[in-house]
Amino acid sequence: MDKLLQYSLTGLSAGSLYALVALGVVLIYRSTRVLNFAHGDVATLGTFVAFSLLSDKFSFPVALVLSLAAGAAVGITFYFVVLVKAQRRGANLLGMIILTLGLALIIQGLVVWKWGAEPVALPFPISDTKTYKMGAVVVSQLSLATMAAGLVGSLLLYLLVQRTRLGLAMRATSENVMAAQTLGIPTRMVLSVSWGVASALGVVAGIFLAPALLLDPFFMLDPFLKGFAAAVLGGLNSLPGAVLGALILGVAESLTGAYLTIQFKNTLAFVIIIVVLLIRPEGLLGKEFKERV
Amino acid sequence: MDLVESYAEDLRFARKRVTRALLGLLLLALTVFPLVAPDWMVFLATLVALYGIGVMGQNILIGYTGQISFGQAGFLAIGAFGFGHLRIWGAPFPVALLGAGLASALAGVLVGFPSLRLKGPYLSIATLGFGVAVYQVFVNWEVLSGGRSGLAIAKLKPMFGMSTTRYEYYLYVLLLALFTLATYNLISSYVGRAFIAIRDSDIAAEVNGVNLTRYKLLAFAISSFYTGVHGALYAQVLGHIEPQIFNISESITLFVAVIIGGVASIEGAILGAAFVTLVPKLLSNFREFVPVVFGLTILIVLIFEPLGLFGRWLKTRLYFQLWPFR
Repeated sequence: MDKLLQYSLTGLSAGSLYALVALGVVLIYRSTRVLNFAHGDVATLGTFVAFSLLSDKFSFPVALVLSLAAGAAVGITFYFVVLVKAQRRGANLLGMIILTLGLALIIQGLVVWKWGAEPVALPFPISDTKTYKMGAVVVSQLSLATMAAGLVGSLLLYLLVQRTRLGLAMRATSENVMAAQTLGIPTRMVLSVSWGVASALGVVAGIFLAPALLLDPFFMLDPFLKGFAAAVLGGLNSLPGAVLGALILGVAESLTGAYLTIQFKNTLAFVIIIVVLLIRPEGLLGKEFKERV
Repeated sequence: MDLVESYAEDLRFARKRVTRALLGLLLLALTVFPLVAPDWMVFLATLVALYGIGVMGQNILIGYTGQISFGQAGFLAIGAFGFGHLRIWGAPFPVALLGAGLASALAGVLVGFPSLRLKGPYLSIATLGFGVAVYQVFVNWEVLSGGRSGLAIAKLKPMFGMSTTRYEYYLYVLLLALFTLATYNLISSYVGRAFIAIRDSDIAAEVNGVNLTRYKLLAFAISSFYTGVHGALYAQVLGHIEPQIFNISESITLFVAVIIGGVASIEGAILGAAFVTLVPKLLSNFREFVPVVFGLTILIVLIFEPLGLFGRWLKTRLYFQLWPFR
């Protein structure tokens, strides 16, 4: 029983990071209908910016804010410089997905060029060796911080989307772009905010993942794919679904690793994707999508 | 004048005398090439030929049928390891090649089933998941992949006293030619038109009597057959395979080749294959810039030249055909 609790807690901590990634994917998907394959790489870039700043003796909060801003800037620039241009030339949805793939490749190359492919350790103020005992369960400071980051990130996003005028504009735009434009909502600005916020969320996930793993140019690939799987599980157009899916995925993975097989722990996410897509393509909390002819 | 008088004439492979002459010239150049070029160039050409087959297969799926797949590395791995095991059990090269293609095609049908319900972004995620899952299965299941040391594959015994490099070149170029011919015929047949109808609008296609289930699965099967053959040929050239080769970036490379070469064009597939094989070799001192070049080329192609390299070639040709006038 204690073992079960312990593994569930580890899973929740991993799941809250998947949640941050999944929220970014969902935020972009439901506002622009684009699957952002560059999400992981933007996060990697932001994390490396934080790494450089921390190495230059900036304090952690400053580095955090600046790297979030860097990630957001990349997302917003990509939206305005590439996506808007492609849309004007009549690019279809597949085309836009491929454009994000192009961005992913560019960032990947630049990160390797700037920071090298050797793994480095991110100087992080919170240790993963200091642990607290709660009953029979041991929890490290890092995983507490991770869960807090996931919770705060989700909460702030919830407040932004549900409680502000900007959030209202975001919801309206994702519902129907034409109608939102007619009502005087500056849709391009709103969509660029979605891209910026989503990218910043990815960077938060990256920064909290880096101390557990080592930082190398491809370290976000796996968490990104998991976040993707979580988004599919929860429903690609539902923000609460993304969080739910991510937590379920994190716990399921941890328990699979503990009780079934450690080798195929990482494969679980992809099996889940395929099964969910086959049985319930709209995900747990997503709305059913119907095609009009 | 360039008048087409009958349907049969329209379907003829090389209609004009000029085309036939140029084609002959191309064949001649391909035959002479390994005799005059140094070995490393011949080897590169061999790589282009085998990538050409894989990219062509993926183009059938993405370009002609409109089903996105990011899981090509999975089919590649199945083809390569299927081929490797068959060779180790003593199957001759052609049998092993066919077996690898068929194993991959079977996997293609299995992956094709979700494609009956999914489209667009959802399908791309499902196939991405498939690719990663296959990769991880091969990495973790040592019986299949030969463990850390991988599988060693016996070199081909060259016929006619040629060197292995030249022999492989001729064999692969011949196979590429066969696959190109087959693809031309496939695309101009009923099956090819059914694929194109599904791409343009699957509901309209179904209303017009195209059996969606059958043709989507067929597209997956054919395309993964090509990819399986690509994997097998790649394994043969490398002489040694391990699962790490077939990671997600291999899927993305194949995808990039389709987009850069030109969506829905057979010649474009070969151009794209040449692009993704030659660019890394040209930039071998600046390895980190390879993805940057790929990415930038994708952005440029999609925004300014949606038909890719093949579209560029068509426009250049048109310019010279109409030359004094515009």
